[in-house]
Amino acid sequence: MKAAVLIQRWYRQYVARMEVRRRCTWTIFQSIEYAGEQDQIKLQNFFTYLMDHFTPTNSNQRDLISHIFTEDEVYKETELEKYFDHETIELPESYTGPHIDFPLTAAHAAALVEAFRHKQQLHARYVLQLLHETLKHLKLLPNINRVCTCFCEEITICGDLHGQLDDLLLIFYKNGLPSVEKPYIFNGDYVDRGKNSIEILLILFAFLLVYPNEVHMNRGNHEDYIVNLRYGFTKEVMQKYKMHGRKIHKLLQIVFSWMPLATVIDQKVLITHGGISDTTDLDIIAKVDRHKYVSVLRPPKKKKRHNMAEALSIRGGRTSEGDIQTTNMDSRPSLRRLSLTSTPCYSPGTRKRSPHDISRKVRRSVEEELEKCRRQVGFSEPYEDGKFSLSFSESDSESFEVCESDNAEWKQIVDILWSDPMHQEGCVPNAVRGGGCYYGPDVTEKVLSRHNIQLLIRSHECKQDGYEFCHNRKVLTIFSASNYYELGSNRGAYVKLGPDLIPHLVQYQVSRTTRKLTMKQRVSRVERSALRALREQLFSHKSDLISAFEKYDKNKTGRISLNDWATVVESVLHLGLPWRVLRSQLVQSAPEGLLEYHAWFDDLAIEQPTTEHVHQSLLETLYRNRSNLETIFRIIDSDNSGLVSFEEFCQTWKLLSSHLNMEISNEAISDLARSIDFNKDGSIDINEFLEAFRLVDKIHYTEREGSLLLTTPGALL
Amino acid sequence: MAEEKESAEAMISEIHKQITDAFDVFDHEFNKTVDVREVGTIIRSLSCCPSEGELHDLLAEIEEEEPTGYIRFEKFLPTMTKVLMERRYRPIPEDVLLQAFEVLDQEKKGHLEPEELTKYMSEEGEPFTQEEMEEMLSAAVDPDKNVILYKDYVGMMTVEDN
Repeated sequence: MKAAVLIQRWYRQYVARMEVRRRCTWTIFQSIEYAGEQDQIKLQNFFTYLMDHFTPTNSNQRDLISHIFTEDEVYKETELEKYFDHETIELPESYTGPHIDFPLTAAHAAALVEAFRHKQQLHARYVLQLLHETLKHLKLLPNINRVCTCFCEEITICGDLHGQLDDLLLIFYKNGLPSVEKPYIFNGDYVDRGKNSIEILLILFAFLLVYPNEVHMNRGNHEDYIVNLRYGFTKEVMQKYKMHGRKIHKLLQIVFSWMPLATVIDQKVLITHGGISDTTDLDIIAKVDRHKYVSVLRPPKKKKRHNMAEALSIRGGRTSEGDIQTTNMDSRPSLRRLSLTSTPCYSPGTRKRSPHDISRKVRRSVEEELEKCRRQVGFSEPYEDGKFSLSFSESDSESFEVCESDNAEWKQIVDILWSDPMHQEGCVPNAVRGGGCYYGPDVTEKVLSRHNIQLLIRSHECKQDGYEFCHNRKVLTIFSASNYYELGSNRGAYVKLGPDLIPHLVQYQVSRTTRKLTMKQRVSRVERSALRALREQLFSHKSDLISAFEKYDKNKTGRISLNDWATVVESVLHLGLPWRVLRSQLVQSAPEGLLEYHAWFDDLAIEQPTTEHVHQSLLETLYRNRSNLETIFRIIDSDNSGLVSFEEFCQTWKLLSSHLNMEISNEAISDLARSIDFNKDGSIDINEFLEAFRLVDKIHYTEREGSLLLTTPGALL
Repeated sequence: MAEEKESAEAMISEIHKQITDAFDVFDHEFNKTVDVREVGTIIRSLSCCPSEGELHDLLAEIEEEEPTGYIRFEKFLPTMTKVLMERRYRPIPEDVLLQAFEVLDQEKKGHLEPEELTKYMSEEGEPFTQEEMEEMLSAAVDPDKNVILYKDYVGMMTVEDN
């Protein structure tokens, strides 16, 4: 008896430790993901600031800025037809991919599914044709689809797919293809991150056209070209469709803007990608011109607005003081440009990672950064009122109308696409994401009952089991991309609703291994991946960490206590992770409880950097900001050629460095640019440059003649 | 004397931070409360190895007078600090664990049949749930011989734990 208890005791402790490891792994992935998204907001806000205040001092800068900030061209119908004409694109004799014809039939759609399952690619001609037909269909749809269960047994609702074709195929396998008897609602985020975003879109659009009454697609926050620049969809399109990628890309922008924003079933179930806020009003949403919001991250296009490039060239000669005077700094109730995070409210006493605190922290740090930018860009005088507020900015008062209702409308849309539910009551701006709110159970109660809705189905957040109820089961999160962070990290799920409107959930997980993994194996695999990501983060902050360690190591012994280690790491990385719990995974040995921190970094890194301190931190900064860099590169690379000129690279870097803490000399930048230009033709291949960072394991730092050289195995020198 | 006091304070401060970190992993609402069903996991993650009975007693100390289903950090911290300071519920050394298996192996075969282990674990002591049993078997049973070579099993489990 005693022996049994002993074994049971021991085993339960073992299980508990596994569970904690699993939890931590999840937290790591989420923290890093959110830190990346926060980065994105900062970048976005920085651009917004530049749009208002940057006065280029030379023609190069002016060109660069106008590249970035050219207004989205407004296409007239006839122009559209001409520009996206697929007829002129010839199918080569050698094409072995699927063929489609219009009007599209179920057979065509099924053929597409099969073709993509076999890794074929649809020719650009068909892609453009399909997108064009899809656009025609979408324009006929209202902002809020109204669906009824009376004509069918059950409606299937799917959440985020994020380019993971295997998950869509698995859903169709388990649940059947869309048809008259099998209606589907897809709740956004079809693209980015996974490698088959375009295939998923093409399949879904095909079914949308074949079964217009049974298949419905909501827009997600990733159906947005600005988000796509960063998270991979743009790149995928350009890589798969080299010649016509640009056209496809532009047409997609328009298609996304015409996607409906929500679906309502039987007037009782609301389905939308993110959720709600305390001001959500479906009647307002139903009436907006949704296609004005090509990107939900930018304020709506206005016809009266000057082309930004024009505005810049007009202002080219004015002094910065002149600009300041037109800036209106007092708090007006109406905003010309609502930044994504309006004044946050927060309650004291909440822990550091609560939505309230993050909101406040981000706002403060963004304001500090903007202050710095302002100084660097040349506005040396403080504003009259003293405080620069994130929410208010006004530069050319003539060309921009102050329009309160426009911004209220914009907020409605951002809220339904970007918000997340939270446990606490209230409604707080969602600074972690960059848009929308965190909404509490009271908000759900209020908004749902105002509209006589009994259930909100939303997606937007990855859930361990593929789904999660909250707010007294009034909110259901459904997430359909299994193994989202890593193989084994989570299941996917879809939900079926019959006329009784009771949700029936189906879970699944795409997995190549048929053998069942033990708990230990499942946890370890995902954990390894998370820890690797975490080690990258630690390594890319090496300089900051070392100087912080040195502050605690006053006697210069090269060692610090494990307790101090945890404190330092959190203070530098700001990831809100339980470092003491993670310690055993990150620190190999610490005799007598003291860590030799230099040696620790050598353990973390795959190889030893032998560069000087200055180059080391430049490289780290580049590495840490590779997502931002990529985003900016892709914006500059307006012809989507994948190449950026020397000059553009240097300008980009200068632009970015004013957004960061680093002062980088022109020389260092030029050196770096020269060494990256592998084939010495004066232009830099963006993809190669970024690929170098993705292959962290294989990066080799060497110092040659005082300048930095990046080599990857087999690269030409 | 002052030095001793200082190091005792430092130790307590370190213990507090450990407890806080472990607690935070399960504090999903960021309001310094955890679900009572997770408390066992938290305590075990702090290198304690209580039996279910001992856990139950501990919970009684930590819970509110009127159980709410949640445990507050203010009550958890002092109790847990005492537990750690007193080094209660220490983990089981490998040799003791091995002996426990040997006790179960009455015929002294050197291994256990899955049915034997299942019987003991599900019927004696503080019985496993079916899920716990399945999970244990999946890792413990040698796939070729279909028995539990407990010596190897214990060795494997304790190595990776540390």
